[in-house]
Amino acid sequence: MAYGPKIIDHYENPRNVGSFGTQQEIKQRTDVGVGLVGAPECGDVMQLQIKVDQATGKIQDAKFKCFGCGSAIASSSLATEWLKGKTLDEGLAIKNTEIVQELSLPPVKIHCSVLAEDAIKAAIADYKTKNGIPVDDHDHEHAHH
Amino acid sequence: MALTLPIYLDHAATTPCDPRVVEAMLPYFTKVYGNPGSRNHRFGWEAEDGVDRARQQVAALLGANEKEIVFTSGATESNNLAIKGAAEMYEKASAGSGQCRGHIITCKIEHKAVLDPCKRLQKEGFEVTYLDPPRDGVITRAMVEAVLRPDTILVSLMWANNEIGTVSEIREIGALCHEREIVFHTDATQWAGKMPTNVERDNIDLLSMSGHKIYGPKGVGALYVRRRKPRVRLVAQVDGGGQERGFRSGTLNVTGIVGLGKACEIAMAEMDHEGERLLRLRKRLEQGIAGGLDHVQINGHADKRLPHITNISFGFVEGESLMMACKDIAMSSGSACTSASLEPSYVLKGLGIGDDLAHSSLRFSLGRWTTEAEVDYTVSKVVESVNRLRGLSPLYDMFKEGIDLTKIEWAHH
Repeated sequence: MAYGPKIIDHYENPRNVGSFGTQQEIKQRTDVGVGLVGAPECGDVMQLQIKVDQATGKIQDAKFKCFGCGSAIASSSLATEWLKGKTLDEGLAIKNTEIVQELSLPPVKIHCSVLAEDAIKAAIADYKTKNGIPVDDHDHEHAHH
Repeated sequence: MALTLPIYLDHAATTPCDPRVVEAMLPYFTKVYGNPGSRNHRFGWEAEDGVDRARQQVAALLGANEKEIVFTSGATESNNLAIKGAAEMYEKASAGSGQCRGHIITCKIEHKAVLDPCKRLQKEGFEVTYLDPPRDGVITRAMVEAVLRPDTILVSLMWANNEIGTVSEIREIGALCHEREIVFHTDATQWAGKMPTNVERDNIDLLSMSGHKIYGPKGVGALYVRRRKPRVRLVAQVDGGGQERGFRSGTLNVTGIVGLGKACEIAMAEMDHEGERLLRLRKRLEQGIAGGLDHVQINGHADKRLPHITNISFGFVEGESLMMACKDIAMSSGSACTSASLEPSYVLKGLGIGDDLAHSSLRFSLGRWTTEAEVDYTVSKVVESVNRLRGLSPLYDMFKEGIDLTKIEWAHH
């Protein structure tokens, strides 16, 4: 299966790789939300972190780490790019189908985009929980097919 | 020697045709084009001569008599003919009788071309035991002996595994089958032409092999069928003109057969030297990778294995992304027949190495034209890529922070 140029670009030059601290430190930080989705046995694990400017409520920075195929890496890399500068609600509005379209993911790789959307939702939900903001059911809605 | 990219390290999937094989085949396309079944003119006789010579070349490689060689379209057909043909011939009860038609023993890490015929036979009234392989992948005589039944009619076990290269106790299992008068079939697709084979010494009744795994053409293979002590009979699976002594009807693939014969002749002449060379290269590859990285594991038995195949698990790195990183190197994350699916290899799962490591494994298989420079390039590229991907891996971070990955509640999809 040949990959499209955008997948290869994100795979070879992933944006915003990293973490805002160790797992312990992240748990303590109220300005950071973490989403950890997938499972090693399934061959995909994404960790997405958002850092929120608590004055403006906007996502100031985002970082990811990913264990998975090239499409999973590209999907999570793209998600961090898109999240920066967005409000939480705007972040929640990102749909997996937009990731599929932007990267031209092949049909067998659509689950990678679903995982990225799940990671975004999980990271925002984590931030809200830490800061006592009610998490809508809507935030947890998965784009499962 | 200058290095040419891409590098082909997927010889267990298929091999290039040796130019000497192509040369032997060429006249049979345009000059010696007769049908070997045409018994009354020169064109037929000459084609038949070519087939006869090939039959001797294949028989010599296997230590068999040329009358024991049946040409097929490849190892998949050979396996189908051997397994279904023997089961139907030696059944204990007839179809539709409601009784068990006979018991068959095979193993969970066989190729699909063995497993699927066995599954079909199960539907048709046979009972099949699928042995659980041990972690090292080597099936022993004792494992087979433990599941034998009075109504066992057939044992089918691969000589060497296509994904991990491990070699089972075929000679010992063959002896056991002969003691109990059970037909013994081995899928020798990865073994024959690479390692010394003698169907007498090794106690084999039926042996499948393929042309394209031994630098011959695709679309041709052979089945060895024992003719004496004991004479093994089969129910034909392809009916028609009665070619191949009725075992396999259909006009012979003369060009392919001539190519298979030549490939066998070359393999036999070069086997000792080539085996040593490949073993040296494989060890260089394994040692280079294991020396350059932590948390790597070579799957399967350390010594009981083919010289040219190795299967390595890279902890915390997903196999497909690693292949993408090494896009100048052709290798595989499973067998070519199954790597289109996203499921991890059933062979690695069957060995009990865990789904997580099964997703992190690659097979490297070396061949006749693999060079030391190619191996060295592969080592450095793999080491560099694994390190880069571990830098992206949340699992590697967690591991380094002392988090037990097995204790995390993963959200399974």
